[in-house]
Amino acid sequence: MELVSTAGAAAAGNDMGFMIKGLIRYELFGQELWITTTHVCMLIIDVVLILFFLAVKKKMKTPDDVPQGLQNVAEIIVEMLDNMVKGSLGSNAGKFANYIGCIFIFILISNISGVFGLRPPTADYGVTLPLGLLSFCIIQFNNIKHNKLGAAKALLDPIPLFLPVNIIGEVAVPISLSLRLFGNVLSGTVMMALVYGLLPIFLRFGIPSVLHVYFDLFAGAIQTYVFCMLTMTYVNDKISDA
Amino acid sequence: MITGEDLILACSAIGAGLAVIAGIGPGIGQGIAAGHAAAAVGRNPGAKSDITSTMLLGQAVAETTGLYGLLIAFLLLFVKPLL
Repeated sequence: MELVSTAGAAAAGNDMGFMIKGLIRYELFGQELWITTTHVCMLIIDVVLILFFLAVKKKMKTPDDVPQGLQNVAEIIVEMLDNMVKGSLGSNAGKFANYIGCIFIFILISNISGVFGLRPPTADYGVTLPLGLLSFCIIQFNNIKHNKLGAAKALLDPIPLFLPVNIIGEVAVPISLSLRLFGNVLSGTVMMALVYGLLPIFLRFGIPSVLHVYFDLFAGAIQTYVFCMLTMTYVNDKISDA
Repeated sequence: MITGEDLILACSAIGAGLAVIAGIGPGIGQGIAAGHAAAAVGRNPGAKSDITSTMLLGQAVAETTGLYGLLIAFLLLFVKPLL
């Protein structure tokens, strides 16, 4: 293992703040692989989330009648997510509340982690593509489970000639979901890095906070909401009609 | 002396600049969506939260094409596929 400052081909020769940096190089089956800042930031976020929810679990073993403190926060989060899922999936909400709530919390914390000085893990296509593929699996699994053979028949919808078009339409879903999230978070990260590079060092406190509110908090929250809403819309599209 | 490599880098920079012109379309589309949402809230103030969430969803979908242009620009500038 050796410590270096730049990752492989993608980042070589560019030492700007928004690049994914390789930290530790290792080899696996002859492939050169890297532990990057994405891994580190995602581990930090995961540990924080796991600790938070372990604390919530411990607290909820002896719940108070009048919620306060940690119990209050946990109940607000769960209630908000349940209402969001119920609002777009209706009576089917129960089956999907777990998945949607899980990715909502993870993407939200990932997006706003830029405020705390981390590089958002969602600004790496290696993170958003699996998220998109997970949603794709959920959508197609429910499509086949609910429609049985109708799922195959829907591909030949108006006339069989439309088969390639319909297949492209299905495959484009995870790609557009993941690229939308990736592009938004990456553009925010790049803008913040450019602003920090532009300002002299004594102005870096205070002024960028306004931009942090917009690029990290506002855009991050909107994109999280959009990712979850679109996943639910696609699922609802498959399972509602019959 | 301009080598072939320099020429490719310069053209990549110009191409990246051209690619982000794709931002015009989503700008117009999001403006139209926001304008119509404002009109809808004016007509029916009670449905404000529904209108806002629908507007944000539509704007985010409209934004996708602009983001594709942005990604092409990033690819040209930082990954340099033509080099």
